[in-house]
Amino acid sequence: MKKIATGNKAVAEAVRQAKPDVVAAYPITPQTEIVETIADFVTSGQLKSRYIPVESEHSAMAACIGASITGVRTFTATSSHGLLYMHEMTNWAAGARLPIVMANVNRAIGPGWNIWAEHTDALQERDTGWLQVYVSTVQEAYDTTLMAFRIAEHNDVLLPVMVNVDGFSLSHIMQPLDTVEPGTFIPPCHLPHAIDPKNPTGYGGLTGPNDHFRFRWDIERSMRDAVHVIEETEKDFAKKFGRSYGPTENYRCDDADVIIIAMGTFGKEAEVAIDILRKEGIKAGSMRLRWFRPFPKLDLAGKEVVVIDRDYSFGYGGIVAHEIMAKEHNKVYSVIAGIGGQEVTYDDIADFARKRRIGEEFWFGVTGNV
Amino acid sequence: MFEIRIHSRGGQGGVTAARLLAMAALHDGKYATACPFYGAERRGAPVVSFVRIDDHPIKVYSQIRDPDLVIVLDASVMDVVDVLNGLKKGGRVLINSAHKPEFPGFTTFNVDLTGIALKEKLVVAGSPILNTPVLGALAKMGIITSESAKKAISEMFSDERNVKAADAAYREMSV
Repeated sequence: MKKIATGNKAVAEAVRQAKPDVVAAYPITPQTEIVETIADFVTSGQLKSRYIPVESEHSAMAACIGASITGVRTFTATSSHGLLYMHEMTNWAAGARLPIVMANVNRAIGPGWNIWAEHTDALQERDTGWLQVYVSTVQEAYDTTLMAFRIAEHNDVLLPVMVNVDGFSLSHIMQPLDTVEPGTFIPPCHLPHAIDPKNPTGYGGLTGPNDHFRFRWDIERSMRDAVHVIEETEKDFAKKFGRSYGPTENYRCDDADVIIIAMGTFGKEAEVAIDILRKEGIKAGSMRLRWFRPFPKLDLAGKEVVVIDRDYSFGYGGIVAHEIMAKEHNKVYSVIAGIGGQEVTYDDIADFARKRRIGEEFWFGVTGNV
Repeated sequence: MFEIRIHSRGGQGGVTAARLLAMAALHDGKYATACPFYGAERRGAPVVSFVRIDDHPIKVYSQIRDPDLVIVLDASVMDVVDVLNGLKKGGRVLINSAHKPEFPGFTTFNVDLTGIALKEKLVVAGSPILNTPVLGALAKMGIITSESAKKAISEMFSDERNVKAADAAYREMSV
C-alpha cells in the first residue's frame, strides 16, 4: 500500500512487521519518532513486543544484549551522543555475536550542540564489528530495516546491523512509502548459542591469549560471509517485492570518467548533479555507498573519484575518502561537506566535480582552506 | 518539478498542510516529498515547510530556493519574513486573508481560511485549523484535484468538518 511517511515512521513500520520480541530504547532527537511510534504500536497491541523504556542508551544496548542472548529478536534506535554512550555495549553486542538491529539517525556530535545530519557518530563505531548500511530514501529505510533482521540473524553472520538514516533530511522528510507483506521473508530467529534462563550458565567469561584472537577472527570471517548473505537477501527481496539496491547504488557509472561517491541523502541528490554534468559534456557518474561494513569491492579502475564526506577524522581526513584510497588505490578529491546539517545542494555537488583537484582535500564553506 | 514553500507560525499546522498536500499529490498519481525546515522551533515563531511535486521520483533533499508557489497561512509573518524571497518570476502566492494584497510581478490568490475554520468551529487549543481548508484552495488553483484533497483529509482526520472547510475554501476563493 502506498502512503506518505517520514524516514522515522518507515523504520518503525518495518520494525512492527519484523516483530521483534524485545525493544529497548531511549529517545533522542532526531530518532525520537521511531521509538515513540514503536511504543504506540506496543501500547495499541499492533506489535506484541516487550518494550523496555530505559534510563540511558548504555542500558538500552545492555537490555538488548540480555534479551538477544536468550535467542529472541531485538531492536533499538538511537542517534549521535546516544550511540556514543552505547559504545562499550555495541562492542559487546558484536563480540557476543548477537544479531541486534539498530536504527541510527545520523546526527552531529557536540559541542556546539547540533541536532542535524552528520555521519561521524556512526563512523566512530566503525571497528566494533557491527554491519553498517546507509540509506537515502524513505522507501529504502523501510526495505533495508526489513532486510537487516534477516541479514543479522543469518547463521553465517550473527552480527548486529546498524541502519543509518540521515537526521532530519531523511528522518523527517515525507516521501511515498510502499509497504509490503513480509510473510516468510524474515525466518524465525534462531541463535545457536542462546542461553536458557531456566538453566543458567556462564557466558563471556575470561578468554585467554590462546583463544581470544580466534573469536576476533571469527567476527571477521562472518563479516566476509556477510557480503554473500547481503547479496542473497537483496536478491530474494527483489524477487518478492520488486526493489533492489546493492552494496552501492550506481548511477550512470558505466562510461563515466568521474565518479562521485557519497553516503545517505547526498548520494541520492548527487544523481541530479550527474544529470547536470552530463548535459555539460562531463562524463560523470554517482556511486552511492550503501554498505560501509562489510566494505564493498568498488569498481573504480581508471576513474577520477570525488568523495563527499559528511564526517571527519581530525588530524587525518575524510573517513570515507581514506577508506576508498586504502582499498582501491585511487587518488581522490576529498570534499568535506554537510557537517552538522550544512546545506549542500545538487548545484554544489556538481561544482565539486567540476572543480575537482584530485589528490587534494576541500572543506566546503571554509574560506582560504586547503 | 513544482516547488512550494509554506509560511506559517509554529503550532498553526504548516507541516501538516505540507503532508496533506503531498498525500493528495500521491493520490493524483504523482510523486511528492514534504519536509519542514527544522530549526529551533517554538510555538508562535515563523516557520517554513516545503513540498515538491513531480511526475518522476524526487531525488532532491536540499531546501527550495526558488519556489513556484508560496503559501502564507499567517499574513503576520510578512512583517518579519520576506515571503517572496526567491519566488520564481510570475510565480503564485496563496495567502490566508480576506483582502487581496498586491505583489507586483506575481499572481496572488486570497481566501479567508481563518474565517472558514471559525465558521466550521475547527479550533484546537484556541487556534483555528488552517491546514485542511487550505487544500480546498489549492484544489481550486489546480495544484491538486479536489477528489484527492478530500481523500487525503479524510485519511488523516475523521472529523467531517475538515472536508467541509476545504469545500468552503474551494467555493469562496476566486481564481
